[in-house]
Amino acid sequence: MLEIRNLHVSIEDKKILNGLNLTVHDGEVAAIMGPNGSGKSTLSYVIAGKEDYEILDGEILLDGENVLEMEPDARAAAGIFLAFQYPLEIPGVATMTFLKAAMQAQRKARGEVELSTAEFMKRVRDGANQLGIPQDMLKRGLNVGFSGGEKKRMEILQMALLEPKFCILDETDSGLDIDALKVVSEGVNRLRGKDRSFLVITHYQRLLNYIVPDTVHVMAHGQVVKSGGKELALELEANGYADYKTLAA
Amino acid sequence: MPAVKETVDQVKAIDVDQYKYGFETEVEVDKAPKGLNEDIVRLISAKKNEPAWMLEWRLDAFRRWLTMREPTWARVDYPEIDFQDIHYYAAPKKNAAPKTIDDVDPAILDTYKKLGIPLREQEILAGVQQSKVAVDAVFDSVSVATTFKEELKKAGVIFCSISEAMREHPELVQKYIGTVVPVTDNYYATLNSAVFTDGSFVYVPKGVRCPMELSTYFRINEKNTGQFERTLIIVEEGGYVSYLEGCTAPQRDENQLHAAVVELIALDDAEIKDSTVQNWYPGDKDGKGGIYNFVTKRGDCRGKNSKISWTQVETGSAITWKYPSCILRGEGSRGEFYSIAVSNGRQQVDSGTKMIHLGKNTTSRIISKGISAGHSQNTYRGLVSAHRRATGARNFTNCDSLLIGNKCGAHTVPYIESKNGSAIFEHEATTSKISEEQLFYCMQRGLSEEEATALIVNGFVKDVLQQLPMEFAVEAQKLISISLEGSVG
Repeated sequence: MLEIRNLHVSIEDKKILNGLNLTVHDGEVAAIMGPNGSGKSTLSYVIAGKEDYEILDGEILLDGENVLEMEPDARAAAGIFLAFQYPLEIPGVATMTFLKAAMQAQRKARGEVELSTAEFMKRVRDGANQLGIPQDMLKRGLNVGFSGGEKKRMEILQMALLEPKFCILDETDSGLDIDALKVVSEGVNRLRGKDRSFLVITHYQRLLNYIVPDTVHVMAHGQVVKSGGKELALELEANGYADYKTLAA
Repeated sequence: MPAVKETVDQVKAIDVDQYKYGFETEVEVDKAPKGLNEDIVRLISAKKNEPAWMLEWRLDAFRRWLTMREPTWARVDYPEIDFQDIHYYAAPKKNAAPKTIDDVDPAILDTYKKLGIPLREQEILAGVQQSKVAVDAVFDSVSVATTFKEELKKAGVIFCSISEAMREHPELVQKYIGTVVPVTDNYYATLNSAVFTDGSFVYVPKGVRCPMELSTYFRINEKNTGQFERTLIIVEEGGYVSYLEGCTAPQRDENQLHAAVVELIALDDAEIKDSTVQNWYPGDKDGKGGIYNFVTKRGDCRGKNSKISWTQVETGSAITWKYPSCILRGEGSRGEFYSIAVSNGRQQVDSGTKMIHLGKNTTSRIISKGISAGHSQNTYRGLVSAHRRATGARNFTNCDSLLIGNKCGAHTVPYIESKNGSAIFEHEATTSKISEEQLFYCMQRGLSEEEATALIVNGFVKDVLQQLPMEFAVEAQKLISISLEGSVG
């Protein structure tokens, strides 16, 4: 599904990723863990195509196609979805309006026919119900005045509606209480399937009790320094990141 | 939002030139020689067959104007205007006195058709518009046609050009003209009083709700002419009218002057809703050409519990100098001002409102949204004042500015004066930039950069667009996106 080869990235002359290699297979849920400043969020932004980052070397292949030359909207249409750590507010744009604009834009980019309004409404209603999002929230400006938990649920709703093949969850657990964490995790688990892969970025092991990964990768100093199964997360929880901080240095 | 998609498609369809109303119509014109003097004022009055008192009124204005100076306090910058280098009267020849629509020069009918304003009633009815809108079409210095006059007459509403009103209803014109914007109000209003050529006249009698939207469509066509529009709207006790004006002009390298005066009078319990979609030619990207839009618009809430509401969408003109205001004289009267001012390229906007609270328990509300892009400068300038007798006056003001790019400017200059201790005035203001983060977020969801910008801007102006009559709101939304074409990236 996704293959990252020898990725070197800097921002404002500061080197963040130093020859990162990572492979995520079809249907795999890969967790990325690491201390603060190890480059986890940078990795998610670079995959999604945020400006400001300078790609010095390497490539990111989605099903064999290098996405680094593509604009963010083209990457979205190709199936990359990023659930933001801090979702942005868009005042005056009703959530429903935003969802429709995004869905139709992606369908158009992929050469698919537009959804009928009835079908669109049905999908949004069903998706919102599953995540416990009240209908009147869909009429409010996107993320405006939403609590942290509501914003994260909205990200998962968008993920469900847009049906991406590669989903990145950037610190989705941050700022969530245990109930919200359960709802969000269930939302993600429902979307798991053999044609959809996930990159779950988290600082804590807690999230991985709910979204159980197939593989765990430890990041430090802009590289993947260790990979293993889900038990690696528990090991990290017990011993902390101290070993890895010195390992790559 | 289907309008977003439509907007973007429309933006894409436009090639290099963003202004699609820039064409010129070839018509033979009857034109006054260039220059301004008493003879020109007399000539205009004679062309209009005006009563003698009107000529005297004009001459008085002209003499006063000679003693006045151009205002310099606005945040706009332009070379000195040579008032002797302008034609003050230009009228299509074939259109000397059209009795019916069939007498109007087909070239002119085509012009309005091209602008999307059909003037034949059967075409309007056959068209896609769901609700009927009566139109007064002003071409350079004259009104060429007014639609649905007969139907309105049955309801008791008078809707015609001000020239016709001067001949047919002189008593009404004489009673009200200049009572809201006095002859000596300001330099451009005084100039307008001397040389105004046409505009619309609306009279709604006691207790009548005008059965349809009224609108005037102003078109400047002739070179080196000024357009001096004068509009007068009177609504008697308990009446209601919604009036809209639109404006366009050909694309030219020279600047042209549009100096209008609009007066609204609302008596007891009357309501007037005045909306403007201003799209005069804004000049090219280097600031060459474009209309100088120097306009005095004012409404007088003369009666108890009367209400006047201004909604404006300003996307055109090289320079806009305009402050649609309300005099809240009647007890319990209400004034509203909703504005979207978009500037791009080298456009300069200095616009806002005045809410003058004179009566008891008067209320007002100001919602202003300024969007600046390119190298433009966009200033909100507003006055809220309470007279010492205006017990219980209340105002709420909200001014938001949105910047696109980093070479433009947004400025907010509010003046607040209260001479009554019980008056409560609130003022909120924000300035924001469309952030890279917002754009990235929208693009991550699949929207292109243009679609994302259109969506964010539409969200920003939503509160004001909602105030426009439905059929114009969609148009206005498109216009805003077109005006911002090329401002991203």
